[in-house]
Amino acid sequence: MKILVCISKTPDTTAKIAFADNNTKFAADGVQWIINPYDEWYALVRAIELKEKDPSTIIHLINVGGADADPIIRKALALGGDEAIRVNTDSTDSFTIASQIANVAREGGYELIFTGKETIDYNGSSIGGMVAELLDMPFVSLATKFELAGNMATITREIEGGEEVAEVNIPVVVSCQKGMAEQRIPNMKGIMGARTKPLKVVEPAAVEALTSIERFELPPAKAGVKLVSPDNPEELVRLLHEEAKLF
Amino acid sequence: MSVLIYIDQAEGQIKKSSFEAASYGAKLAEQTGTTAEALVLGNVSDDLSALGKYGIKKVHHVADAQLDHLDAQLFIKVIAEAAAASQADIIVLSANVNGKAIAPGLSARLKSGLVAGAVALPDTSNGFVVKKGVFSGKAFANIRINSPIKIISLTPNAFTPVLGEGVAEVAPFTATIEAPKVKVTATNKVKGQIPLSEAELVISGGRGLKGPENWGMIEELAQLLGAATACSRAVADAHWRPHHEHVGQTGGSIAPNLYFAVGISGAIQHLAGVNRSKTIVVINKDPEAPFFKAADYGIVGDAFEVMPKIIEAVKKLKGK
Repeated sequence: MKILVCISKTPDTTAKIAFADNNTKFAADGVQWIINPYDEWYALVRAIELKEKDPSTIIHLINVGGADADPIIRKALALGGDEAIRVNTDSTDSFTIASQIANVAREGGYELIFTGKETIDYNGSSIGGMVAELLDMPFVSLATKFELAGNMATITREIEGGEEVAEVNIPVVVSCQKGMAEQRIPNMKGIMGARTKPLKVVEPAAVEALTSIERFELPPAKAGVKLVSPDNPEELVRLLHEEAKLF
Repeated sequence: MSVLIYIDQAEGQIKKSSFEAASYGAKLAEQTGTTAEALVLGNVSDDLSALGKYGIKKVHHVADAQLDHLDAQLFIKVIAEAAAASQADIIVLSANVNGKAIAPGLSARLKSGLVAGAVALPDTSNGFVVKKGVFSGKAFANIRINSPIKIISLTPNAFTPVLGEGVAEVAPFTATIEAPKVKVTATNKVKGQIPLSEAELVISGGRGLKGPENWGMIEELAQLLGAATACSRAVADAHWRPHHEHVGQTGGSIAPNLYFAVGISGAIQHLAGVNRSKTIVVINKDPEAPFFKAADYGIVGDAFEVMPKIIEAVKKLKGK
């Protein structure tokens, strides 16, 4: 079986969010880059678990980005995965990114395509659904569990106030979130091995972007916390009722 | 031309987030000088003409049991058909669990730009620019859609529905329905609780509560206020509370009117899941807890002393 795991490069979860060039670009200076946590902890680790169960499984990683993504791709390869493909283009338009992934996937004949449920930078939750449609494959989003028996995948997904269990034949595209797997730390053997695993760089296909970022903005600063004395918590209830009118 | 709003339902009932999408779409139709039409898939028990109150003029209803559960691929095809039939140049849906499954594929199918997770009506003064949350609630981006058809998924609880008097015309819509490839075999809902993603008020507890046996006060306050309960990652990881209650960077992301955090320090990863809440209340005995910087109201004090008094005051207020 062949699995494709989509890997995005995002700022670290603690990175300071600021913008440059008249608020049209993310200020990347001094920012530490990581594998998007949903891609790493859930999509990639679940794929690795499937390979551990069935060692004939082949895992490919794909990233759409510039050479500055190579360190996080190597880290992903250190966790697991047989080889990586980087489509050499920078874009913030999800349709462009999904189209590049779909182009590679079409050639690769993958039975499973995993993505994280969203990236922690653009929070679009879009790539998996777009890739599925472009490949005419079923899509199951926000998955918390994934089991495979023969060609039948049993997938648990989040719904409002609970979960839903669905069955679907592979090939399928799945967006993964908490519950799918547990975060792993790469070991020394993995890190050494990752150095020699293939990282193929391919040039992008021509795709017209459907959206563009006009400008970023930061939320207005909070006015500051209104502190209520611990001896008089009743005052807090009064404020929430009369001032904030919440109940 | 029209604005087509996809109305999501579960077990025959329209979701709250879809009423928000309906009202948002109707406002947008008003803004662009077109009409708001809605699309409902599957069997419903709700009176669809009541969508008129949200500004919907016409409801297209595909009452086919194969659409009672989500198969994104199938839903996308049906919505695309309805969009063509109603000559929609804008499609609106909620960025709820099903909207996240449908909107991207719809965008790819129609080669139409999507803004996923809009938080405000578009600026149509010069083109079509929609504001959405980015960097996990730490910033916003204004995104221009360049394609003739525009697709917007609306963040739940970001837009307050405007209610009027209208009655919508309801008409059956005939679409090509292929057999779903994704078959839902079980639905497990937590009984008697307000879904966290739809809750307007949320009471949340962290490690400061010391153990699952102390959650009685969180639950009691939530029950009194009709609020949902949530928790921090540490609490979910320790299995004090179920995973679906976990909010934060790696858990759920919510934007209620009130987020009431007890014994949560407010690490940046936790804030990422809740910082779009309209009012944040923090109760923590550590005055240095970072959460106070993001809070609107706070008490520096021991939750075990403060919470019983708050519960008593709410009871008095509610006449209980």
